[in-house]
Amino acid sequence: MKKVIMGNHALSWGAQLGRAQVIAAYPITPQTQVVELLSEMCASKTLDAKFIKVESEHSAMAACIAASIAGARTFTATSAQGLALMHELLHWASGGRNPVVMGNINRAMAPGWSIWTDQNDSLSQRDTGWIQFYCSSNQEVMDTVVQAFRVSEELMIPSMVILDAFALSHTYEVVDIPDQDKVDGYLPPFKPPVRLTPSDPHAFGGLTSPEHYFELRYKLQKDMEKVPDLVEETGREYEKLFGRYLGQVEDYRCDDAEIIFVTSGTAGYTARVGVDQLRQDGIKAGNLRIKMFRPFPFAKVREILPRAAKVAVVDRNISYGHHGVFYQEVKSALYGRDHDRPPVFGYITGLGGRDIMPETFKEMARMTLAKDKPEEDITWMGVKR
Amino acid sequence: MKDKKKAEKIIFKTEKEVPLMPMSLGSMLYNKTGAWRNIRPVIDLGNCIQCGICWKYCPDVAIYIENEFPVVDLEYCKGCGICAEECPTKCIAMVEEEK
Ligand code: SF4
Ligand code: SF4
Repeated sequence: MKKVIMGNHALSWGAQLGRAQVIAAYPITPQTQVVELLSEMCASKTLDAKFIKVESEHSAMAACIAASIAGARTFTATSAQGLALMHELLHWASGGRNPVVMGNINRAMAPGWSIWTDQNDSLSQRDTGWIQFYCSSNQEVMDTVVQAFRVSEELMIPSMVILDAFALSHTYEVVDIPDQDKVDGYLPPFKPPVRLTPSDPHAFGGLTSPEHYFELRYKLQKDMEKVPDLVEETGREYEKLFGRYLGQVEDYRCDDAEIIFVTSGTAGYTARVGVDQLRQDGIKAGNLRIKMFRPFPFAKVREILPRAAKVAVVDRNISYGHHGVFYQEVKSALYGRDHDRPPVFGYITGLGGRDIMPETFKEMARMTLAKDKPEEDITWMGVKR
Repeated sequence: MKDKKKAEKIIFKTEKEVPLMPMSLGSMLYNKTGAWRNIRPVIDLGNCIQCGICWKYCPDVAIYIENEFPVVDLEYCKGCGICAEECPTKCIAMVEEEK
């Protein structure tokens, strides 16, 4: 069934198709419609889930964690300040190995108070041990929620499905919504290895001495390292069933490119238009959209980027006192590969919802191709100075 | 009193033995929180109406019901006084620990 829906509703549809059993959420602009539709789905019983109203995002995540420990498939969604308020519980979910799936709408952090998009909210949660997927279309949002349940539950690691405020959250697109029974074939019911139940009582998350804490963290990292292969495998399986591949990265016209942009989110969609226009002008551009940011897709990045003479990383975020976060990560992925490492240029753009246009990509290509190496550590595109 | 596991430290030899989720690592078997206490609940069973409120309220699960009457497990009771506060007949006194 094809429907024209907004990005936020694509998250709700994903949760319904995934048969989420417990939903606890607190509304925040620009996420509100995710929760609105989910509460309607629960009320009309198209989704057989317990909807828990809570007084804060911290409580929303706490409720999801508890329900997950009890063996329920759980879903929530938030944005920016709400995600920041959840921070402590994000560690509880990953450290406790509770495969909660959460939608996050990328919204710039206040102050100055903003409801528009950038990635500093979710990238600030980089080291919490959550899998992070950055989406660039409503279809991808819906599909990724279903895949995220599968990946998270298989490895017992929570996932964040991320989309840009307004550029995706409130943008209406055609989304192909698959049949429920076909999705059921792809995503089996959640069966955790252990769960909280009176018949087998356990204390969860109790005091852990230096004797064992270290090993718990080792195991989380080792399982995190299994995510890329599992995403590949489940993404191919999804493609077989539904015709849409869900991978770690999207490689657009990179094969013969002289310059490759590294992008994420909706900027990765705009980049394709920029790449096409540049090619019309005779510049061989390509785009590597990083969909899965955590764990970082090292193998894909190392395989694709050395094809080009130059790389331009486009960051809609800033790690104050360092560089753009994707820029840092791409450079670290290429470290030590001196024989095939193209110069990497870092651009900051689009903070606080400022538009990133195809022209922005043309300008970045011009600047990148004009120099052998970056003139500044980071280049701020379009800042008024 | 309820059968308790032997107070022995659980030590896993390899990471493979450590449970995936941090659970039931047994730290409370040897971490006797009763040592933190400076006042202790003393129950006057003559006035106890066997309501079980103290059992329900104790945050440390340090009260057991034995032969229908409450018994404090002093190995774990931290002496918070919640049981004494909640007891409807006020038959629990909090008494200074000596030594
Ligand atoms: S004093 Fe506190 S810890 Fe001790 S039995 Fe009473 S309620 Fe429990
Ligand atoms: S609360 Fe007081 S009366 Fe009730 S069982 Fe405990 S000691 Fe007895």
